[in-house]
Amino acid sequence: MERSLALIALFAALIAALGLIPKFALAFGVPITAQSLGVMLCGTILGARRGALAVLLFLLLVAMGLPLLAGGRGGLGLFVSPTAGFLIGFPLAAFAAGWITERWRSVPLGIASGVAAAVGGILVLYAFGVTGMAIVLDKSWGEAALLITAFLPGDAIKAVLAGLITAALARARPRAVLSRL
Amino acid sequence: MISLTSPVETRAHGWPAGAKLATLCAATMVLFAMQSLTLHLVAFGACLALYAAPGWVFLRAGLRRLWILWPFVGLIAVWHLITGAPQDGAIIALRMLSAVGLANLVTMTTRLSDMIAVIRWLATPLRRVGLSTRALELAIALMIRFTPVLVEKGTHLSRAWRTRSPKGVNWRIVMPFTLLAIDDAEHVADALKARGGLAPGAAER
Repeated sequence: MERSLALIALFAALIAALGLIPKFALAFGVPITAQSLGVMLCGTILGARRGALAVLLFLLLVAMGLPLLAGGRGGLGLFVSPTAGFLIGFPLAAFAAGWITERWRSVPLGIASGVAAAVGGILVLYAFGVTGMAIVLDKSWGEAALLITAFLPGDAIKAVLAGLITAALARARPRAVLSRL
Repeated sequence: MISLTSPVETRAHGWPAGAKLATLCAATMVLFAMQSLTLHLVAFGACLALYAAPGWVFLRAGLRRLWILWPFVGLIAVWHLITGAPQDGAIIALRMLSAVGLANLVTMTTRLSDMIAVIRWLATPLRRVGLSTRALELAIALMIRFTPVLVEKGTHLSRAWRTRSPKGVNWRIVMPFTLLAIDDAEHVADALKARGGLAPGAAER
């Protein structure tokens, strides 16, 4: 119990710390931050339930006014901004990534968690993100989806990284990968 | 940890946080229901007036935080000029600015301790039915403690990297960084357990 709690708090902090890594631009100028990598890792390492709890804890502190999102942003305003859907999708993305990592054991962990990160961090997250944008900007779902396709390559890279990191962590600290215990 | 609460003391700093949050919820719902451009102009004007009331420094800090919305405002402007519905575009942009502006206003005038008190209050029904909310409170405190520690470890790690490698820091640093963090979390978990852990009454002992 204490261990779960410490790891949940740690991964919430990890999402925050990854947001402080200076963002780097892809070849065509779209900035990507490591923050959604943190969300994917919460799922693939901590598993569905604990991963989602860690992300919820992170969002709670953002809502309370701590500047933990990339670029030192935070506060309640973000939850009504055009990107609010992504924030709401974060815990569900982690849950989906964790759920798949926990159950899909017939392939090596690196592949399972990479695919899991892609399903959670791209499919699930974009579904919420696009819906949020469509509501705030008053556009159709397809129009809103067009706006964020530019982020797809960056997130695909992050899903691969999440798989690699989860597999490496399982070798270095097998007990810490709660999704496979 | 530094929160986004404004150092400029306003009268709203003293108002109860729960009331501010409830008003914000109501105001946001009204904003999304309003369809008239005039009303949206009035609402945005009122929002700006609230920012201006505590003085120049507060207004500037508030506007700087709204600035992150400019790509969306620009996008809406271009989109609606092309589709020939500038009035709809103005409503969408104003609604977005007012909604985010009001929410930021609550964040800027509410201290972290007051926000935590609201969370505690919201969790009261859980305690009534016998669930312990100690885990939640402890998790909040732990995360606030872990974040600066992780940032410091990350800084040391990237310095160590730069001393040894001619190339810049890249994504590979995430792995050793995660390891350091996990080992730290294990120590904290042991320390918690040694002090009575999550058992009820452990804090008082």
